Amino acid sequence: MARLVFGKKKPSWFIGRTFVHLTLITFTLAIGLPFFWMLTTSIKNPVEVATFPPIWWPKSPKWDNFAKAWSAAPFGRFYINSFVTAITGVLLEVSIASLSAYAFACIRFKYRDFFFLVMLAALMIPSQIALIPNYVILSRLRWINTYRGIVIPYVSSVFGTFLLRQYFLSVPSSLYEAAEIDGLSHFKTLLYIALPLAKPVLGTLVLYIFIGKWNNYLWPLIVTTRQRMRTLPVGLAMVRDAEYAIGPEHLMAAAIFVLVPVLIVYFFSQRKLIEAIAAGAVKG
Amino acid sequence: MVPLQRSKTNRENTKVQKNPLTRRAKRDALTFAIFTFPNFLLLAVFVFWPIFYSFYLSFFRWDMISPTKRFIGFENYRVMFSDPVFWLVTKNTLILSVCVVVLKLFIALSLALVMNRDLKGRSFYQAIIFSPTFTTSVAVAMVWRWILEPDYGLLRVFLRPFGLRPINWIESTTHSLPAVIIVLIWVGIGYDMVIFLAGLKNIPTELYDAGLVDGVNPLQEFLYITFPLLSPTTFFLTITGFISALKAFDIITILTGGGPLNTSNVLVHFLYENAFRWFKTGYASTLALLLFVVIMAITLVQNRLSKRWVHY
Repeated sequence: MARLVFGKKKPSWFIGRTFVHLTLITFTLAIGLPFFWMLTTSIKNPVEVATFPPIWWPKSPKWDNFAKAWSAAPFGRFYINSFVTAITGVLLEVSIASLSAYAFACIRFKYRDFFFLVMLAALMIPSQIALIPNYVILSRLRWINTYRGIVIPYVSSVFGTFLLRQYFLSVPSSLYEAAEIDGLSHFKTLLYIALPLAKPVLGTLVLYIFIGKWNNYLWPLIVTTRQRMRTLPVGLAMVRDAEYAIGPEHLMAAAIFVLVPVLIVYFFSQRKLIEAIAAGAVKG
Repeated sequence: MVPLQRSKTNRENTKVQKNPLTRRAKRDALTFAIFTFPNFLLLAVFVFWPIFYSFYLSFFRWDMISPTKRFIGFENYRVMFSDPVFWLVTKNTLILSVCVVVLKLFIALSLALVMNRDLKGRSFYQAIIFSPTFTTSVAVAMVWRWILEPDYGLLRVFLRPFGLRPINWIESTTHSLPAVIIVLIWVGIGYDMVIFLAGLKNIPTELYDAGLVDGVNPLQEFLYITFPLLSPTTFFLTITGFISALKAFDIITILTGGGPLNTSNVLVHFLYENAFRWFKTGYASTLALLLFVVIMAITLVQNRLSKRWVHY
C-alpha cells in the first residue's frame, strides 16, 4: 500500500507517526470529551456543578443523582415504551424487508425492475413531508397515543430491502434452484435458505434499525401527547422543558439513562456497523 | 407457493394444459405480489400518499382539528414568499447546510488521510470519532447545551486561553446558529471520515507506485492522485450531507429551539412550529412541499451529474 511506501521512504513531518497520533488523539478527545463531561456532571453536587474553572472529577461522586433523576419523571415507563416500540418496530421492519428483498432477488416477475425503481424512489422523499398527512391519518384511525401509532408508519423498508436483496443476489443461484427442485415453496426457501445465509448482514441490519428507532425523536414527539406513552428521547426533552425543576447534574444523569442501551449496542457491534456503512450503505 | 413437483404431475396428467410456464409465471407473480404487498402498502400510505395530500392541503386554511377546511387558493404560497421569517429561516438553513457540509468534509478528509495507514489503535480512534453518528440526538443536544453554558460550560475552558470573554452561545442572536453548526459538525465528522476511508481504500496502489517513480511530493500526490480519484466519495458526501443538513431538526429544537428571535430557526423546525404548535396546517404543508421539491431537485441533479462527471 501507498502508506507503507510513504512511511518507510519519506518520514517527513507530513506523515510522521507522532504527528499522526497527536492529531488523532486530539480529535478523539474532542469527540469523547462531551461524553465524559456528561458523566462527570451527573455525579457532581450543585456547588461543584456551578464552579469555574470546572472540576474534572468530583471528590465524592454523588451517585444518588441517578436515583433523583430517575424519579423526576416516569423513566421506567419511558424505558418500557422505548423498548416495546423499538423491538416491535425492528421485528416488523426486518420481516417486511426480508419478504420484499426475497421477492426482488429470487422471484421471476415481468415488472420486477419497474417496482424496484418505484420503491427506490421512496428514498428521495424526505420523511418530513409526511408528518402532517401521517398525523391526520393516525388521528382518523384513533392511533394517537398508541404503540401502533409510533411504530407502524415507519416499518416500511427501502434501505433494508435494498441491503438484503444485494445479499440474496450474492448467494449462488444454484442453492435456490436446488430448493426449487426439491419442491420448497418460496416462503420456505426464504426462511430456511436465504435468511440463514444472510445472518451476518441481518444482524447488522437489526442493530442499525434498532438504534435508529431508539433515537427517533420527531415522530414520537408528535404522535404522543400523554406522558405515559412517551418514549425516552421525548420524555427526556420534556423533563428539560421545565416541567420539573431539576439541576444540570440530574439532567445529565437522565441523558445517560437514554444513552446507555445505545452505547452498549454500539460498543459491542461498532466494527460491524462501521463496516456496513463503509460498504456503501446509504444513510437514510 | 405450490411446489414445482405438483405442476409436473399436472403436466403429465392433463395434456390440455398447454403452457405450464405461464402457469408458473402467474403463480410467481402472485407470490411476488404477496411478498411485496406489506412494504408497498406502507410506502403508499405513509410515504407516497403524503406528497399528494400535502399538495392538496397547501391550498387550504385548516387548524387540523375543525372538520372543515377553507379553500384559499395560492394564499399559503403568497404568504410564504412574503413572510420575512420564512426568508430568515431559509437563509439560516442554507448557511447552516453549507457551513456544516464544507467544514465537516474538510475535517473528515484530513482525518481520513491521517488515519489511512497501518496504525496502532486505529480502530479505537475510529470507534470514538464515529460514535456520535449513533448517539441519541436529544441527549447530545442536552450535553452540548451544558457545554456551551456561558459561565460554567466546558467550552469556556478552551476559549479562555485566547482571551475570549464568556459567550452566551444559546441566547445570543449572533452565536446561536454557529453553536448549532458546531454541534452538527461534531455529530457528523465520524460518518464522513468512515466513508472517506472506504473511498481511499478503493484507490489502486499502482497509481501511488507510479507517482513514486515519477518522484511526486506528498502535496502533488494528494492533488493529482488522491483527490481526483476520491471525487465520487466527495460528491456523494456533499450531496447526502447537504440533504440531511436541510432536514436538521432534533439538535436544533433541543439546543436553541430555533431562537433567539428565529436566528437559529431552520426549515424543518419552522415547519414543526407551524404544524404542531400554531396549527397552521395549510401553511406548514406548503413548507413541507417546498422542502420536498428542493430535495427532489437536488437528488435528480445528483443522478445526472454522477453519471456524467464522476468517474468510478
